[in-house]
Amino acid sequence: MGEYLLIIISAIFVNNILLAQFLGICPFLGVSNKLSTAAGMSGAVCFVITLATVVTYLLNSYLLVPFGLEFLQTISFILVIAALVQMVEIVLKKTSPSLYQALGIFLPLITTNCAVLGVAITVVTKEFAFGGTASHLLNLGESTVYALATSLGYGLAMCLFAGLREHLALNSVPKAFKGLPIALITVSIMAMAFLGFSGMV
Amino acid sequence: MMEDRKMSKLSLITKGFVKDNPTFVLVLGMCPTLATTTSAMNGLEMGLATMFVLILSNIVISLVAPVVPDKVRIPVYIVIIATFVTVLQFLMQAFVPAVYETLGLFIPLIVVNCIVLGRAEAFANKNGVVDSALDGLGIGIGFTMSLTVIGIIREILGNGSVFGWKFIAGDGILAFVMAPGAFLVLGYLMVLFNKFLAKK
Amino acid sequence: MVLCLSVVCLVCSAVLGGAYAITAEPIAAAQVAKTNASIAKVLPPFSGNALSDTVTVDGVAYPYYKAEGAGYAVISASNGFSGPVTVMVGITEDGIIHNTTVLSQSETPGLGAKCQTDENFINQFKGWDPAAKSLTVKKDGGDVDAITASTITSRAYSLAVSNAVAAYKAIVSNDGGQENE
Repeated sequence: MGEYLLIIISAIFVNNILLAQFLGICPFLGVSNKLSTAAGMSGAVCFVITLATVVTYLLNSYLLVPFGLEFLQTISFILVIAALVQMVEIVLKKTSPSLYQALGIFLPLITTNCAVLGVAITVVTKEFAFGGTASHLLNLGESTVYALATSLGYGLAMCLFAGLREHLALNSVPKAFKGLPIALITVSIMAMAFLGFSGMV
Repeated sequence: MMEDRKMSKLSLITKGFVKDNPTFVLVLGMCPTLATTTSAMNGLEMGLATMFVLILSNIVISLVAPVVPDKVRIPVYIVIIATFVTVLQFLMQAFVPAVYETLGLFIPLIVVNCIVLGRAEAFANKNGVVDSALDGLGIGIGFTMSLTVIGIIREILGNGSVFGWKFIAGDGILAFVMAPGAFLVLGYLMVLFNKFLAKK
Repeated sequence: MVLCLSVVCLVCSAVLGGAYAITAEPIAAAQVAKTNASIAKVLPPFSGNALSDTVTVDGVAYPYYKAEGAGYAVISASNGFSGPVTVMVGITEDGIIHNTTVLSQSETPGLGAKCQTDENFINQFKGWDPAAKSLTVKKDGGDVDAITASTITSRAYSLAVSNAVAAYKAIVSNDGGQENE
């Protein structure tokens, strides 16, 4: 149990996917103008990252590794993610129109969100060591928790940033700073704040 | 007439430098831009790796575009790009394992780099092979330049060195090598870019 | 439409399979070269090939290489500031550490990552006698000089080295046991 807690804290705060690992920056800068859209995007990303990680993990350990096909990792993962996103879109449309309306417009964008592929590849290739345990590849349970926590960290950073940007929009900034530059400088300060968490795990 | 076509070929390459600079103007491929520019060398290597995929995928996509049905266009492009990325992974593991280890996760992630798919969609699928290759080369050089410049600045400020050549003894401002510095340097470079170059 | 997609997938997989087959050998060679370079760095010169094996201490498996006449190169990892720090520790047959080297780490550049470059830190492990000096940082009452501002990394490094020494002891007692049989 303690290890799961460490995974969660580490993934949300210490190694925040946006502010420390630089994954999924494009949508982060793209849709963080308004808090409501940012929240919608975070929800969709959270859903897809967790689902995609579980599916690619199973694909990797029960299909690619036993048949010695690890060299198809990148290509098969991206196809699975693309297919998954499509499927989620269709299922949501049929079963939960309200959720579809909330997440729908963001779903197609997620295929090319490198956070999804990034997390999927990370859990099958990178060795982790939490607390006193020896470094090891994550098992299915740990991978799922890691994916979920990572995407929660994504949502946290995204919503915090969107809140800041809503305020930024109301202030007058020099012309050359308008838009992205001032946003990037704001993120920089946020990243500095998140550095304070490092060393916690 | 000849002269004109030559000019346009040249402009295909040079437009990626400033006018359509993928980093500062199109704002694409931010993840590797921020993550791999901890030093000038890393930035340069990442840029070259992306350029390799960009040129090859542009060439192949411009060749297959006429026969691929519109509906499955995107999946086909992604598969082609992923193939080149994996080939690149193998080549790097075999011949420059140290570089592969430094860039790590960001090599497979070239697949989802919006620049590559973006060029396939915006240029390669409606232009000829040569033009597409040149477009890939131009955008690739633009991307590499941006990454190298960011890398140089971060390395000077963060470590007191350029391409590993140390000219300031002792430590630099560590924050520039870490995450906040990446965002800060990119932000300020964009300001400079907006101020002096974008008006042209 | 489906046909087109399948053809593309098939062709791409074939290309990848081919590329994999061609590069598999250089990749393996590069990895072997890297391991051999590390072994050569942490152990005194030896002739012949180092034999690879693993030893288990307290439920953790440590891969190691045995170089006849030179000693053992033990691979050991410990949790640093931002992930595992993996080191290879060369221990000669008299139980003295010959040298250590980092195999992989993801510590903060300019801080913990100095465990690869800080000569004062790395060189102190050369000729270290684990029986005489304690493999913990001075802050924790040991004898290791930590990297400035990177105690956690230094701690992880020391722990990895100290675990490697424990693994070495297990290897030696196992080998001795086999000889007695």
